[in-house]
Amino acid sequence: MYHVQSVFHKIVDISGELSDAAAMLTTIDLAPIGGCSQFMWGVTVFVLACFVGYYVVWRVTPALHAPLMAVTNAISSVIIVGAILAAGQAESAFAKIVGFSATVLVSVNIFGGFLVTKRMLAMFQKKDKQEGRG
Amino acid sequence: MSENFSAFLYLTAAVFFILALRGLSSAKTSTKGNVFGMIGMGIAIIAAFAMPKVSSYALTITGIIVGGVIGAFVAKKIEMTALPQLVAAFHSLVGLAAVLVAAGAMSAPVSFKIGTLEHIMHGSLVEIGLGTAIGAITFTGSVVAFLKLQGLIGSKPMMLPNRHLINVSLGALILFALLLFVFTEGHFFFWVLALASFALGLLMILPVGGADMPVIVSMLNSYSGWAASGIGFTLNNTLLIVTGALVGASGAILSYIMCKAMNRSIISVIVGGFGSSDTSADQSSAANEQRPVKQGSPEDAAFVMKNCSSLVIVPGYGMAVAQAQHALREMCNILQNNGVKVRYAIHPVAGRMPGHMNVLLAEANVPYDDVLELEDINRDFPSTDVAFVIGANDVTNPAAKNNPQSPIYGMPILEVEQAKTVFFVKRSMAAGYAGIENELFFRDNTMMLFGDAKKVTEEIVKALES
Repeated sequence: MYHVQSVFHKIVDISGELSDAAAMLTTIDLAPIGGCSQFMWGVTVFVLACFVGYYVVWRVTPALHAPLMAVTNAISSVIIVGAILAAGQAESAFAKIVGFSATVLVSVNIFGGFLVTKRMLAMFQKKDKQEGRG
Repeated sequence: MSENFSAFLYLTAAVFFILALRGLSSAKTSTKGNVFGMIGMGIAIIAAFAMPKVSSYALTITGIIVGGVIGAFVAKKIEMTALPQLVAAFHSLVGLAAVLVAAGAMSAPVSFKIGTLEHIMHGSLVEIGLGTAIGAITFTGSVVAFLKLQGLIGSKPMMLPNRHLINVSLGALILFALLLFVFTEGHFFFWVLALASFALGLLMILPVGGADMPVIVSMLNSYSGWAASGIGFTLNNTLLIVTGALVGASGAILSYIMCKAMNRSIISVIVGGFGSSDTSADQSSAANEQRPVKQGSPEDAAFVMKNCSSLVIVPGYGMAVAQAQHALREMCNILQNNGVKVRYAIHPVAGRMPGHMNVLLAEANVPYDDVLELEDINRDFPSTDVAFVIGANDVTNPAAKNNPQSPIYGMPILEVEQAKTVFFVKRSMAAGYAGIENELFFRDNTMMLFGDAKKVTEEIVKALES
């Protein structure tokens, strides 16, 4: 816990630190990759992935928008990577607990999301077959 | 396992996720797409287990089994009409998980390779804070969306006094807590940040009315992606960054499409208030109350439809709630056997999530080619004998075209009024979600069929068979 006074001291310090913050962003931490910081590398990947997402999703036919949502929901549960790391480490018991909880939550999502998508898509497929027969 | 090899696994998983989304571009490849998604997730989980800091597996595997069983059970049992609330509930789980993972990273920085306790790198603290804020907003926002869709709280917008002021203050508090967290690494500030974000998510979605739900569900979809991306930055994990960006972009595009279909800006949806009856709507409905409408019986409708040559069905959420899709399909089968050309017209915001109505019709085995989007069917209405509007209201309201005072003015609609005869299945004269009277009810060529969508359709089927 932080005493009120120390909080105020911190706030005063922050004004000084803020000016360093801009410089900090460019020199951010971590081992450089190919001459840039890991953060810049992440941003590069992020922006390119946004473009990929943009172009791929526009091609999804409107009839399949509901399955699209269910699938994207399931794959956003890839956050389970972080949950597994937290649950499996030996450094902090608290992190273990929250990691376990997060694992349970996103596992609901992973199985639920993919299976409900499968159910929906099967309905669309069934019709295709019927059309073939008719 | 070397860092490079796990990076390679993550890359492979990311490629599978891209292929999964790509697969959904057509009904034929969609099943394959879903399988690609599962493979990608499998690879990601294996790569995560192989991380050097992961030393115990029992807890994690238990978690996956427990969650997996619950998820599989829910996915198997859920009614397709309840799909929107299911997806909203799923979004909330991703949001909460993001907050938990961020809290975990903060408590075990060495394992997450972001520094040591009390000396976490500033950049990582920013990322933890942002990931938490987005995750927390996604969590409570999705919970409210779920409660509204499930009908546990009213779908009418809830207006708090000074809510804009409260929201801005909360935003400022979040920013302030983030700054303090970054510069002190105080866990107390982390929780202030999380709580304020929880509150903001709650207050952001409470004022949103039922008609805007398709936008909200896709917007929360987008948020859950950004939250995953945020955590990806914390973990320096490119897979999470890529996947989060894919999901975020997908949700954003769907929100955009839904907003365009309602002629509304995304800002006005988030700020909320659509569906609260404003004065002009009240006046017009008061004036309309006394006007006569033509009321028909299912037998009348059966007679007219049997003898027409072309029929367009316009399903809306009322059909979904009544679970009338199977009865509707039966009715159409009989008519088609009588030589009537039957097609279905889907408005982009019909239902409560993007593409919801397509799923419901698919559930009832309606052929894919008979289901048409707004742009494809509108030019055919003038040459259509009968338009059968079942549980849809706002998406057919001509006020969107000819009444600049109407709150839905400018919204693209299905132009059913151009058909020779319009049958309107509706439980009562009550206004739809947008809270406005539909001019269509009072037209000469409109016949109202009052009653539950399923019951009315079944009676029509009975009349057709006799």
